[in-house]
Amino acid sequence: MNPLSVVVRTICDIFAWFMGIFGVYIIIHGHLTPGGGFQGGAVVATMAAFLLVAYGGKKVLSFVRPGFYSGMETAGLLLFITAGFLGMGTTFFYNFLAGRGGLFGAVVPIGPNSGILNSAGTISVMNIAVGLEVIGGLSLILIYMFKGIRLFDDHAGRSESGHDR
Amino acid sequence: MNWQIHLPALALAVPLLGAFVSPVAGLGGRLTRNAWMVLVSMATTAICILLWQRVVAGGTVVYVMGAEAWNITLPSGLSWPIRIILEVDAFSAFMVVVGSIAALAGAFFSLRFMDKFTGLEKFSALFFLLVTGMLGMQLTGDLFNFFVFLEIASVASFGLIAFWRDRPEAVEASFKYMVVSTISAMFVLIAVGFFYGRYNAVNIAAVARMLHMGYAEKIALVFIVVSLAMKCGAVPMHMWTPDAYAEAPAGVTCLLVAVSQASLYGLFRVCFSLYGASLGSTVVPWTIIVMGVLSMFIGVTMAVIQKEMKRLMAYHSVSQIGYILMALGVGLLSLKDPQAMADYGFTAMKGGIFHIINYTMYKGLLFLTAGAVFYSAGTRNLNELGGLARVMPLTTFMFAIAAAAIAGLPPFNGFVSKLLIYQSTFAVYPLLAVAALVTSVLTLASFVKVFQTAFLGPAKKTFEKVTEVPASMLLGMSVLTIVIVALTLFPGWTLSHLVEPAAKALVDQAGYISAVMGGGL
Repeated sequence: MNPLSVVVRTICDIFAWFMGIFGVYIIIHGHLTPGGGFQGGAVVATMAAFLLVAYGGKKVLSFVRPGFYSGMETAGLLLFITAGFLGMGTTFFYNFLAGRGGLFGAVVPIGPNSGILNSAGTISVMNIAVGLEVIGGLSLILIYMFKGIRLFDDHAGRSESGHDR
Repeated sequence: MNWQIHLPALALAVPLLGAFVSPVAGLGGRLTRNAWMVLVSMATTAICILLWQRVVAGGTVVYVMGAEAWNITLPSGLSWPIRIILEVDAFSAFMVVVGSIAALAGAFFSLRFMDKFTGLEKFSALFFLLVTGMLGMQLTGDLFNFFVFLEIASVASFGLIAFWRDRPEAVEASFKYMVVSTISAMFVLIAVGFFYGRYNAVNIAAVARMLHMGYAEKIALVFIVVSLAMKCGAVPMHMWTPDAYAEAPAGVTCLLVAVSQASLYGLFRVCFSLYGASLGSTVVPWTIIVMGVLSMFIGVTMAVIQKEMKRLMAYHSVSQIGYILMALGVGLLSLKDPQAMADYGFTAMKGGIFHIINYTMYKGLLFLTAGAVFYSAGTRNLNELGGLARVMPLTTFMFAIAAAAIAGLPPFNGFVSKLLIYQSTFAVYPLLAVAALVTSVLTLASFVKVFQTAFLGPAKKTFEKVTEVPASMLLGMSVLTIVIVALTLFPGWTLSHLVEPAAKALVDQAGYISAVMGGGL
């Protein structure tokens, strides 16, 4: 895949950031609004698809190495299982952060309220962990699918041809 | 606080940690990765054995994930259990011990067997993910979680079966398994949806207490029986087994055998603990029995004519699954009639459950020896093999033990369980016992063929440089050999300590329900 036209690339430059931010919003609001780690992670991972389409695979692989996404995946998984094990004093996956104050443990007042972002304890931590894992995993899948296309091209013995030039 | 209350969660958490840390351990090189693999699989086996001890000593164990205490199954006076609940009775505990021993042997064997491949940190991650899925299916007390763990086990198997990725056959086998697994997992999900729609609950104990047989329940039962019979390779749906078992690396095949037992576990957990006495007619037990007889007979007749060692063994696993299905089907048939249960039903269940451990151990060992032959001689084709007993004496010895056990030769453990099955099924319908006997004879015939052509005979020129496999592979095989020999030497102890509590727990539906629902109302 070669890069697409300058119009597409400019739009991508602007909107890829919005997609990333929207995905992160879905991840960290996972306990309040529909969505969560998986859905938000999938939205962020579409950034990789966006870049692959607009800039072409060679350019994207020069931006970021697959090892970066692997590391993200591993970090997410480790964060998740660590959050599970830290509750082991009570039970596995026990929400030991909720209601303790601090970054994740705000106490929710009784009665109707508009939702307090930092009140969910380990659930937020796990949403972030799943988010990291899904961003890494789905982006890797996209990159390897792109590499599969390259493999096919090499076998056919012909050079790449773009869509619009 | 006594740490042993966390055993059910640890049995899942430790292999899961093993899977997630594997990519990091892989950074440290081959030695670190192998050490991690050995450490995690040994820890998992130890936890499973401790869990079994605790269940046998103190009765059914429950564990509520993430609750304020491990035993609050019904929080704040609700009449429904709301969290993820693990429920371990003697049957589940028996199954996790069997599964974790097979996983330990597979892990030891894979250390050296896989060393021709790259990306081994992913192999070890997938391997432990498969172990987690298998143990989760056997430990969970919740239908939806059963589906989740079924999916975890399936997805991990797709990658592992196709790990031999330079062989197109392996990719084909993995794809076939993927299609079959996805269809059966969707069936299970639809069945779970039926229960959730009818009873607002997915906990097995909660649903079992409220269950009234209606159309929705019947449809759900059909979906579950068909899909789980598909996953364990019973005959009309057995087409994926020979491909998947033959193409997966040997250490993985050993584990896949144990994973198919987890599907079998789910099938009988649903039939006995969820439906139990409300199963009503004899249609479902007879369906399971007929599936068992067909699997036995068709599996073994297909096996006799195979030329490839692992494919032959894979067809035998279809036929061995048939024994277990038939025996437990007979148990299910006699569930409503205490007299029949005492006369033959309970014996059949003991035979079937004893056969589960026997089958997993000797079939795992057979696949490992086939892998060892392939590792050393470079081929699995029986027409090319010959005279290997001269160069691989230890492998030959262990193969002989496993082959004698699967054929049901009298001193070995396979004989004990098969005898129990013959005796009890004869009382139901003599033809069942005849089919089982004929299958056993054909099993013996096909393993005599393998033993004769691969291991005996004159030394061949092509195999002059063949040597015995490395020590770690022998260690993996000897784990299973030791278990087989122990089961052979102490059948009485095994029956009274391992098998009988499991069979009693499976029949005791009220006990299963009250372990979760007892505190409420």
